[in-house]
Amino acid sequence: MDEFVDISLTLNGRPVRRRVPVRQHLVDFLRTELGLTGSHVGCEHGVCGACTLRVDGRAARGCLMLAVQADGCSVETIEGLTESGEIADLQEAFVARNALQCGFCTPGVLITAAELLGRGQPMDRAAIRAFMSGNYCRCTGYQAIVDAIEATLRARLERAASTGDGGR
Amino acid sequence: MPEGGMDRPLPIGVREPRARARRLVAGRGRYTDDISLPRMLHVAFLRSPYAHARIRSIDVAAAAAAPGVEAVFTGRDIAAACNPWQGNHALFPDLDSPPQYPLAIEIARWQGEAVAAVVAETRAQAEDALALIEIDWEELPAVVDPEAALVPGAPKIHPDRPSNLALEFTTAKGDVDDAFARAAHVIEETFVFGRHTGVTLEPRTIIAEFDPTEERLVVHQSHQAPHQQQDLYARLLGIPEHKVRVICPDVGGAFGVKLQFYADEAAVAVIARLLGRPVKFVADRFEAFAADIHARDHRITARLGVDAEGRIVALDVDDLFAIGPYSQYPRASVTEGGHIARLTGAPYRLPAYRARVRMVYQNKGLIGHYRAVGQPIACAVAERLIDGAAAKIGLDPVEIRRRNYLRDEDFPYTSPTGVAFEHLSLNRCLDLLVEKLDLPALRAEQQALRAKGIYRGIGIASFVELTGPGPDYYGQGQVRVSSQDGCIVKLEPSGKVRVVASATDQGQGTDTAIAQVVAAGLGVRTADVHVLLGDSEVCPYGGGAYASRGASIGCEIAFRAARQLKGNVLKVAGALLQMPPDALDIRDGAIVDAEKGVERLTLADIGRVGYFQQYLLPPDLQPELAVVQHYVPRDQAYIAGNGIQASYVELDPETGFVKLLRHAVVHDCGLIINPLLLDEQIRGGVVQGIGGALFEEVVYGSDGQMLSATMADYIVPMSSEMPDIDVWHVEAGIGREKLGAKGVGEAGTAGAMGAVLNAVNDALLPFGARIAQTPCTPQRILRAIREARARGTTQSH
Ligand code: FES
Ligand code: FES
Repeated sequence: MDEFVDISLTLNGRPVRRRVPVRQHLVDFLRTELGLTGSHVGCEHGVCGACTLRVDGRAARGCLMLAVQADGCSVETIEGLTESGEIADLQEAFVARNALQCGFCTPGVLITAAELLGRGQPMDRAAIRAFMSGNYCRCTGYQAIVDAIEATLRARLERAASTGDGGR
Repeated sequence: MPEGGMDRPLPIGVREPRARARRLVAGRGRYTDDISLPRMLHVAFLRSPYAHARIRSIDVAAAAAAPGVEAVFTGRDIAAACNPWQGNHALFPDLDSPPQYPLAIEIARWQGEAVAAVVAETRAQAEDALALIEIDWEELPAVVDPEAALVPGAPKIHPDRPSNLALEFTTAKGDVDDAFARAAHVIEETFVFGRHTGVTLEPRTIIAEFDPTEERLVVHQSHQAPHQQQDLYARLLGIPEHKVRVICPDVGGAFGVKLQFYADEAAVAVIARLLGRPVKFVADRFEAFAADIHARDHRITARLGVDAEGRIVALDVDDLFAIGPYSQYPRASVTEGGHIARLTGAPYRLPAYRARVRMVYQNKGLIGHYRAVGQPIACAVAERLIDGAAAKIGLDPVEIRRRNYLRDEDFPYTSPTGVAFEHLSLNRCLDLLVEKLDLPALRAEQQALRAKGIYRGIGIASFVELTGPGPDYYGQGQVRVSSQDGCIVKLEPSGKVRVVASATDQGQGTDTAIAQVVAAGLGVRTADVHVLLGDSEVCPYGGGAYASRGASIGCEIAFRAARQLKGNVLKVAGALLQMPPDALDIRDGAIVDAEKGVERLTLADIGRVGYFQQYLLPPDLQPELAVVQHYVPRDQAYIAGNGIQASYVELDPETGFVKLLRHAVVHDCGLIINPLLLDEQIRGGVVQGIGGALFEEVVYGSDGQMLSATMADYIVPMSSEMPDIDVWHVEAGIGREKLGAKGVGEAGTAGAMGAVLNAVNDALLPFGARIAQTPCTPQRILRAIREARARGTTQSH
């Protein structure tokens, strides 16, 4: 029943070539074929955000994309963002503020938050809450998540103001 | 207050982040679905499309021949290898829930009940093959509404039971009818509490592996109680218990959903045994909504009688509780109704009290034990009525509570339903709330805005919660659920510390809290303690996580074990230094002279001598550098905690939308072990309670078809809708001989719904409208306003 196609993509900065079933979701491909289990599957219908990945620089739902659609794309996962150190400050803030409990939502939350931070724009708590609305967390009640993002954003903006590098 | 909180040694009371959190933010979590075993197969279930239907015939031949399929099983195939179970409880001997099997055999009794299983090389192939199973269904009348279920002549869900009434029980104290007859005012309300479910972000997941050469079953499972599961797999599958091992890796949220024994998961274990290969099942989100336990679903008529000054003279509660087609195993579905009967009005002096609970079978999903089990309802019912009484008499909601609270002189107290409360700090919590929130100012703001056509409401709700149950409830209930926990604390030769405990963690931070109390008890730093939880083979026997027991029982025993180890270490140190052990102490990992604090030895010295150089010790001194202790609270049935919550909302009378402006909690959890983790436990619980008050509802059609089986239909709170939540604490002491932590995991959920319900009703006051149904959806709020307008009760405003 399965048809397969060959795809090649850039995954966390490295080239990957695989033959994938045409119906396989990108997040399932990453988890089962490549062992990148940091991305999670919470609903498989695009609501919860647990599967959030970065595709060509933008946050995307890994359960709403097929692996074949990632052909030729650059895909980044929580593993890649961790190794590059890009969100080390955000991750540290999450730990310090206890902005996660079970942690199942957390990789997706971090990737969405990374996009927020990447804009380099000041945001108040209400705006942070609105931006993060596509990532459900059943454990924390969100306040600590907002606190951690707010603190990281403020620190980055302050750093940017003192070095003039645009906040990234 | 001394640094360590209630005079306890550091690092008790310190805001330490969790070691596990570091791993999880890096994407290095290891949840059950992240595990893959050699030769592992995948299971998919065919689930009943009907709420109630007979399986006339079932043909699996085509499915069995589909690509990648290893085997297909029907209910009969699986039942042959698994004993059935009944969700009964000996404290309620009239409850006689019929036997339940892993897969439905003849009749499916709720939409989503598993009826057949396909096992294939991939999940996708297993799902493909499901479509090839042919079932000849005979649809039976669905019994959905609990009132209709009790009407004589209603179709019976279990033909061999006298009716759809699963259980009825009443508890009463005092002459209730007489008290009502003499009450100055009687406030009556009929409540409808909608059905909720836990929506753990990680759905239920299990991998079962059976090795026929050793006859050993190893189960990796996203679960809260590995020992409970070990016991069940052993008994139901007939495998000696020492050959069953249940491992709970990282768990992606649990909230009671993962405390249960599920029919489909039993089938997975059976399949693993029949095939001799590892088998994985991951519930997808539809399956989670259909087959995870649900909760709440109560219709309650309650009456409160007060005298002219607003003092309670009587409370009467009548609960109709719809539990699905079976009582949930192993704990029995009775707990929620039981807690409602036990706890409604618990913060108050109740001269006369009566509660009746009727549990009804119906063709919906099963009701289990979701966070705060019944307590949010007990709270909401009493707090609505007491606000109603205040409004009737013209008293302030704060004042009427003060007049009725149990007071310091009442303790120790036994409630009308026989529950002992050692001490509650109701007035202290209320005082702190009034002060911190500046309630008078908030009221003034509300009134001022009302004149401008802005409708805000303030609601407060006091609650009493029963945490860390002792052995009475389940023990006397003949339910094999452990109320005790155990803990091993072991000194490694290097002087570092390992802990293995029966408590489990699903994100609460129980492992960190245990590390902290062990560090405090022994005299080391938290970073020098490693805690392992969640493995039925290596951990001491215990209950895992339920009823807010991680801090109150899990940490209590860890602290005791650490102190015992400290005594053992000091014995060795004393022998080496030729000093009496009590002249020594352990501080920051060093053995010091207790008086001057001068370092004499390190823990590594003790480890070296204790494990490698025992010849340096007197011949009669055997170093015991690992200790195991167990603990079950025996002095009371529950550790009672209490608190109060406040909600401040704004209502849009045109759309019915409720905006949460602010939420506050004052909680008494006894000793605070880690304020950072504690506050987030409360906030997370509050948001689940708010979800139940405003958004969340498992909706079924009148035919028993679930209408809310996606996350777009069952609405859990999003970040944009939630307010910031203030959390304040009252640390009321309990006896010096104990560590003194009370439960905390359910406090947020227990009080939030009542506070929000009162706030919404306060905002509705100018319209003369009331709402007594959860969730308070915009539609229901608009209907309440419309009905009030029709009655002409709108106050001038
Ligand atoms: S799993 Fe993709 S949004 Fe939920
Ligand atoms: S931490 Fe559990 S879902 Fe967010």
